[in-house]
Amino acid sequence: MTIVFALFLLSLLVITALAIVQTRNLFVAVMLLSIFSLLMAANFFVLDAADVALTEAAVGAGVTTVIFLSALTLISGTEKKAPQAGRGVALIVVTITTLLIIYATFDKPRLGDPEAPVHQHVAPFYIENTYELMGFPNVVTAVLASFRGYDTLGEVFVVFAAAIGVLFILDARTGTGPAYGMPEARGLKHHLIPKAVGGLLVPFVLLFGLYVQFHGEYGPGGGFQAGAIVATAIILYAILEGEKAALRAVPRSVLMALVVGGALLYGLVGVVCMLMGGDFLDYSVLLPDPVVGRQVGIIIIEAGVGMAVCGSLLSIFHAFASRRPSRIDHESV
Amino acid sequence: MIFAVVAIAILVTMVLAVIRALAGPSIYDRVLAVNMFGTKTTLLLAVVAFLYGRADFLDLALAYALINLVGVLAVLEFFESRVELDRESPGD
Amino acid sequence: MTEVFPLVIDFLSRSLMLIGALSVLIGGIGVLRMPDIYSRIHAASLTDTMGTIALFSGLMLEAGFALATFKLFAIMVFLLLTGPTATYALANAVLESGSVPAAAKLSDGDDFKGETK
Repeated sequence: MTIVFALFLLSLLVITALAIVQTRNLFVAVMLLSIFSLLMAANFFVLDAADVALTEAAVGAGVTTVIFLSALTLISGTEKKAPQAGRGVALIVVTITTLLIIYATFDKPRLGDPEAPVHQHVAPFYIENTYELMGFPNVVTAVLASFRGYDTLGEVFVVFAAAIGVLFILDARTGTGPAYGMPEARGLKHHLIPKAVGGLLVPFVLLFGLYVQFHGEYGPGGGFQAGAIVATAIILYAILEGEKAALRAVPRSVLMALVVGGALLYGLVGVVCMLMGGDFLDYSVLLPDPVVGRQVGIIIIEAGVGMAVCGSLLSIFHAFASRRPSRIDHESV
Repeated sequence: MIFAVVAIAILVTMVLAVIRALAGPSIYDRVLAVNMFGTKTTLLLAVVAFLYGRADFLDLALAYALINLVGVLAVLEFFESRVELDRESPGD
Repeated sequence: MTEVFPLVIDFLSRSLMLIGALSVLIGGIGVLRMPDIYSRIHAASLTDTMGTIALFSGLMLEAGFALATFKLFAIMVFLLLTGPTATYALANAVLESGSVPAAAKLSDGDDFKGETK
């Protein structure tokens, strides 16, 4: 059965990727990228990696597509024609590299082989000891938040740096200076049906985001997915009611506080663990019972991760969406 | 067994939707194909969750059903803002 | 009577799932074969709704009375809410962009707004 799934999904993936690279119309490329993201999420799901599939679906289908479209309103819709010189050389290099990589895969262990090196050293330790050390069943959250807590701390800082980088490049200031005049509240204001249905959905999406945040220890979920889903809810509100209303509901200062606060919270938990006598990010010293201490530590840092991701995605969205769309030609589509 | 048949039917429909997305003469054809692809993905996720016997994977289908709408509405707001822009500055 | 009940539920759930799969497939074929954008939207949205209701009802019967049934019900409700909304928004956008349905050109003597001359 996995073979049938793989056949369909992977060949669709290759076809979509070829189409994305080949088209010069950027809008078509964005639509195909959305399909590509869904295909990847389905692939991950078929391979039994539910957490990754949830993250890919939440980020790829919702936030990334919207940000690409907001960027498209600022530029023309067609890509410049690529230079013709050097194409033969590029084709030869790519073909040789592809053949080498395919040849290298003959040596890899088969999917799910228990003798594979990746299943030998730390993986059995994590799988066997998660329930007795942490008290909950989701091994992915345990590895992400506790066994490999340093890496996740680095990831939160990377998300933070990405948000700061985008805000520097797009020069989004707080307050409304005349050069960055926000367009009058656009949004699908005069469409009653999307407004009514979308307005009904926003609280449910928020609630679902909170559910994913706190349920991440028992099922697929966690901070990254929850941050993306909450950001999607607020983006839906911005699409329906207009950019100004969304900025009034969740102002830029709150977003910055979320980003900075999330990263700080994570670091603070680590420092508190050190102050209470353990190593950095060793949550077992937080409470008298080490298992409960680890659970509490994981909940707090997942909250930090969720805050940071949500704030970053929304800051990046507002940085694009609140610029006046350019008046260069849009006739390309 | 029945789950496998249904999953294959949904996969074939996904292939057809991608063909429409690649071939659609106008942009609206592609938007329709993407929306259809999204709904089929939700159905596929629900069926495969049952196929693998892991009922807690239904959270993904739920997430996806909620998020699919945002993508389509964003695309349509993009068009609407473009049409408004053309009306504000005709012949620009 | 009580020993044939699970058999009936089984049969019902499988036939519902097959109906769902079939309508989804018909929708896919329709999107490819229909002549213009409006009829394609029609094909995609109708079969989407039918497929969703049939497939999820079949899955709910299969799951029995468990947490999964409530989740399936929630997914079905959200799909039924968001599908027609997306269809409406898309068809509205196509209409605003000025494209005329192919069927409107076929009948002679009729204005596009539906009033006969």
